[in-house]
Amino acid sequence: MDESDKMLINTLQGGFPLTERPFLEVAQRLGLDEQTVIARIEKLLADGVLSRFGPLIQVERLGGAFCLAAMAVPQADFERVAAIVNDFPAVAHNYARDHRLNMWFVLAAETPQDIDATLRAIEARAGIPVLTFPKEREYFVELKLSA
Amino acid sequence: MNAAVPLSPQPLSAAERALLVAVQRGLPLLPRPYRAVGENLGLAEMEVIRMLQELLARGVIRRIGAIPNHYALGYTANGMSVWDVDDEQVDRLGQAVGALPFVTHCYRRPRHLPDWRYNLFAMAHGKSRAEVTAHVAAISALLGPACQAHDVLYSTRILKKTGVRLTG
Repeated sequence: MDESDKMLINTLQGGFPLTERPFLEVAQRLGLDEQTVIARIEKLLADGVLSRFGPLIQVERLGGAFCLAAMAVPQADFERVAAIVNDFPAVAHNYARDHRLNMWFVLAAETPQDIDATLRAIEARAGIPVLTFPKEREYFVELKLSA
Repeated sequence: MNAAVPLSPQPLSAAERALLVAVQRGLPLLPRPYRAVGENLGLAEMEVIRMLQELLARGVIRRIGAIPNHYALGYTANGMSVWDVDDEQVDRLGQAVGALPFVTHCYRRPRHLPDWRYNLFAMAHGKSRAEVTAHVAAISALLGPACQAHDVLYSTRILKKTGVRLTG
């Protein structure tokens, strides 16, 4: 990742232009050419520096919900349970953390019923209880990190 | 962004749902990405652009752009700090913690007594654990005696990071 990549990542975390030639517009802003911008984004995605390039969807605006959940998974069983949890499309993220509750994941679904059904299915398949931490108040969310 | 979540749901039209399903994994990396999306859906380029503008305006799309892997940007220390804060004071203090420059997410969440006593969650990202430890000390100082206990759960691995997936 070089300085141009960092500039590009910081720029692309803002609003991507909704115009006919959005990559060209970004390229002109950064003093690059359109094909270079596209090729760099392809490489950043392939290298895993970017996990995605597209819209960030707010399911709450669709009547849905996000829910943080956690499990205490025995180490020997960790990979099996991770595969079970990750298999559900409603699981948006999943992180291993160094705590007795060592697996923390976020569910996102278009209805609260979908969240409940997914939680029950995860418990049934994993054979481990899930603790849920739905947000009661949101004080702050920042969606950008500087490269 | 200090997001007060609006209460009124915004139902999707069939065309909007098809569009979101088509782009949720990523925009085509082509000079005219919205034309490419439209070709697959039988929509004109300008119609795709107009619908995406509308979804942004309604808050169904928070933003369009790059979602970085924070580990790859060097933010290798990701501490989910959790705090047991007096219920009478947690909303006032939560706002203050959320306003700290290094806190990226801050929420009030339910306790699960006796196993889990923490009701305030603040995510702090840093380029080292020492940096996160300093952030946690600053939060601790801010909370003062209203906080009875805290812990920091560092992430050791990303197991999944795909984001929201709507079903077609």
